[in-house]
Amino acid sequence: MEYTTAEMMVVAAARALTSEDVCFVGIGAPSQACNLARLTHAPGITLIYESGTIGTRPDVLPLSIGDPELCATARCTVSVPEMFQYWLQGGRISVGFLGGAQIDRFANINSSVIGGYARPKVRLPGGGGAPEIAAHCRQTYVVMAQSRRSFVERVDFVTSFGYGEGGDHRERLGLRTLGPTLVITDLCIMKPDPATKELTVAALHPGVTVERVRASTGWAVRFADDLGTTAPPTERELAVLRDLQARTARAHGTAAA
Amino acid sequence: MPRFLSLSEAVAACVRDGMSIALEGFTHLIPFAAGHEIIRQGRRDLTLIRMTPDLIYDQLIGMGCARRLIFSWGGNPGVGSLHRLRDAVERGWPRPLELEEHSHAAMASAYHAGAAGLPCAIFRGYYGSDLVGNNPNIRFVTCPFTGEQLAAVPALRPDLAIIHAQRADREGNVLIEGIIGVQKEVVLASRQALVTVEEVVDDLRAPSPNSCILPHWTVDVIAEVPGGARPSYAHGYYGRDNAFYTAWDAISRDRETFLRWMEEHVLGAKGENRR
Repeated sequence: MEYTTAEMMVVAAARALTSEDVCFVGIGAPSQACNLARLTHAPGITLIYESGTIGTRPDVLPLSIGDPELCATARCTVSVPEMFQYWLQGGRISVGFLGGAQIDRFANINSSVIGGYARPKVRLPGGGGAPEIAAHCRQTYVVMAQSRRSFVERVDFVTSFGYGEGGDHRERLGLRTLGPTLVITDLCIMKPDPATKELTVAALHPGVTVERVRASTGWAVRFADDLGTTAPPTERELAVLRDLQARTARAHGTAAA
Repeated sequence: MPRFLSLSEAVAACVRDGMSIALEGFTHLIPFAAGHEIIRQGRRDLTLIRMTPDLIYDQLIGMGCARRLIFSWGGNPGVGSLHRLRDAVERGWPRPLELEEHSHAAMASAYHAGAAGLPCAIFRGYYGSDLVGNNPNIRFVTCPFTGEQLAAVPALRPDLAIIHAQRADREGNVLIEGIIGVQKEVVLASRQALVTVEEVVDDLRAPSPNSCILPHWTVDVIAEVPGGARPSYAHGYYGRDNAFYTAWDAISRDRETFLRWMEEHVLGAKGENRR
């Protein structure tokens, strides 16, 4: 069955989730991945959106973090201060999803500015919940399309802290969570090196070469000794994902993604 | 008991040039109609506060109403950038915009602190983030019990809170349902509160003893504005106009297209009759 690299990215992210996970979901690819997991191999997963909806089971993907569908299908909806104070800061979330305009070799993420902060070339939307999602979820998964522009040696601005300068930098800041343990792109899956915390390619998606990943990464990226290959999306994964996208497009009155 | 006014009377009574105003709503119940009325009344030099400035803040900024923005995420959710916000920050059009940027956790805690009568909010946050240093209002304190370093930001105490809610009864008690965001906190943190509602009713029909209700003595002015949150939504009344949020990207990208749209839909006769 034919599939796109974007579909491979979402499917790979979905496979990383289990029924036991309590997920802080972001909009876009993370939302697709979390709901794909819920509708396939992880029916027991708890999805939380920062707007306050806990245990939501949307039939269509939300466009925003607080669409009506999320509240209507949630187990309960709490206020935003409660969401950040009790549920996120309180350590109740097992997996948080992050993305951004740039990520560096130690998985620090920039979603604030391209260029200088005072006079930016591009003013991005900003961090929103990300700085504390990066700190308080037991671990975070990053889902981002890969290119030299987005996978850079050093981010212009650290909005959300990954492994800082690497090594034990998180521990030195007093962080007790695992940080970004998985980076899923449209080309490959990266994991931090256990000691240095530098992002290292653990598996290539089918048909992707080492050269292509090198050409799409802004640092001299390393590959794991036991470099694997991601299993291609199954027919069921693709069918469920495409159904979800088609329902969403109908509901939002837009063309399917 | 709050005063019941028309929308234009309410905004004229509450909003002055130079004020700090929080028109809150976390995706849901965004007070668009009140924002449009502020634009029509030509208010200037406002400090706009909101966790998630979206289309109505893009419009206020693009129409030159704002001098400063205190925020934590300024984008068009699921669509992309706010082009008027970007134009103001990157190129100073129609006027420069000062930013005070936080994270959601900080802003939510700062409203909570404002409502709780505290001078600042303390939380675990901003670890390793470059927001520290670029915003002098992000500082750190040491816990007197454990010695842990904790982030601190000043409490938010806007001059005026503006929110939209489902309904008020004739005494002025306000019911909020669904994604309640920081609606309650912003009203209790602010010096004054203006609430627009879908309808004013005899019986509030609160569905539970734990319903989110603002007692009438916490609200200053109420205006009945059916559809006042469109194109965002009011749970139980109407849905979110996601197609419009998507369309805003093209409308707002270009200054002239934006101004023409504002002229036609907000400033002109169609705008004033807008419901």
